[in-house]
Amino acid sequence: MKISVNFDSCQSNALCMAAAPDIFEVRDDGYLYILVEEPDESRRAAVMEAARLCPTQAITVS
Amino acid sequence: MTPQHVLIVGASLAGVRTAEALRAKGFAGELTIVGAENVVPYDRPPLSKGYLEGKRTAEQLALRPTDPLLQSLNVRMVLGTAASGLDLDNRQVSLSTGDSVSFDALVIASGTSPRVLPGTADLPGVHTIRNLGDADALRPKLVSDAKVVIIGAGFIGAEVASTAKSAGADVTVLEAVPIPLSRQLGDEMGTAVAAFHQRNGVTLRVACSVSHLTATHVHLADGEALPFDACVVGVGVQPNTGWLDQSRMDTSDGVLCDSSLRVIVDGSPDPRIVAIGDIARWVNPRYEYEGPVRVEHWTNAVESAEHAATLLATSSSAEPFAPVPYFWSDQYGNKIQFLGRAHGFDEVAVVSGSTDGKFVVLYRRGDRLVAALGVSSVKTVMGYRRRLLDGCSWSEALAAVDATRNN
Repeated sequence: MKISVNFDSCQSNALCMAAAPDIFEVRDDGYLYILVEEPDESRRAAVMEAARLCPTQAITVS
Repeated sequence: MTPQHVLIVGASLAGVRTAEALRAKGFAGELTIVGAENVVPYDRPPLSKGYLEGKRTAEQLALRPTDPLLQSLNVRMVLGTAASGLDLDNRQVSLSTGDSVSFDALVIASGTSPRVLPGTADLPGVHTIRNLGDADALRPKLVSDAKVVIIGAGFIGAEVASTAKSAGADVTVLEAVPIPLSRQLGDEMGTAVAAFHQRNGVTLRVACSVSHLTATHVHLADGEALPFDACVVGVGVQPNTGWLDQSRMDTSDGVLCDSSLRVIVDGSPDPRIVAIGDIARWVNPRYEYEGPVRVEHWTNAVESAEHAATLLATSSSAEPFAPVPYFWSDQYGNKIQFLGRAHGFDEVAVVSGSTDGKFVVLYRRGDRLVAALGVSSVKTVMGYRRRLLDGCSWSEALAAVDATRNN
């Protein structure tokens, strides 16, 4: 599983961080950081929830 | 047994996400989406923000940009066609074209429409915001020194005010109640959030009663007349339930469902009819004391669509739909985020920042944490989503705040 984020669309709503805080982090600078680009398969449900909840559909999982 | 043909009425976020989720869960039957607007399904939040400002294009709003007709999902799209009636006995929906569509399972996702003020439908300077055409009609009027009057200081009104102000317009917001957003946020936080208007050079007039509108003026009950180049009415929405009027459902405010979003027909839930998005009225078990409510947030459309797809595509028993509601609003460069429900809260506590700038506030009801509000404090406030999902006690929530402060 590989995560990519369209940073042009991302508006740092941080729903991804709420769903999978070990993988996504919005820092105090207001930007999103991907902590793990290729997470373990056991995290798939949380990553898919993060992608689904993103208000700008900026997260792609392949 | 899963249904053979799922008919989704409503081609906006909730409807499209249901189709996607059904296929993702392995539903291989027939899928039809009926949508009243004759455009590729699109995302609505930017209509009062980026799209209204002209920073985003209609193409960028498409819900499935690379797949405009949902071909990969094998969905039959019937666009530009509204549902006009429901025949429950024969399991058919009639359409505005005169045709009808049969179904085994029905997803009601026909959404809501803005309330309009009486006698204003034909006034060219009076606007509401719900679809692309609405935003297209308003945008050219939001120019330097234009007089813009906004009726309603809710989130739509506030976002349009912010967008108009950034275009250089002279903006006045009129609100009927003494404290804007008090129902959603409570009095204290409603006051704090409404203060952004004045701080950003927008006039806010509260407890202000509008008598009537003409093509050029908003007339107030006390006789004052406010001239405008554009007037935007943001006084709430009404559910699009006209097509369900004869259907033995409770459509007094949206469509009444059981706690799993199964629609109540003749007093009991129909396992093959669900309502989702802002038209669904249900008791969220997490906030049972509030009674049945409709939730008009973007995230509710997404989460209820996922829930409905699970209900229809799997043979598992009907789980309650118990989300922690979430909404956000972008105004005057601030990001306002709200998790949970403030209804019937006992106390608010500022746990970060101060209410004249960036801050996070927690809401207590009894001994529970029930909601969190953040203004331009994304990381801190979103940290509370997990606690709200877990049903965190008030003392645990405050202890966590202390632990963070001491780090």
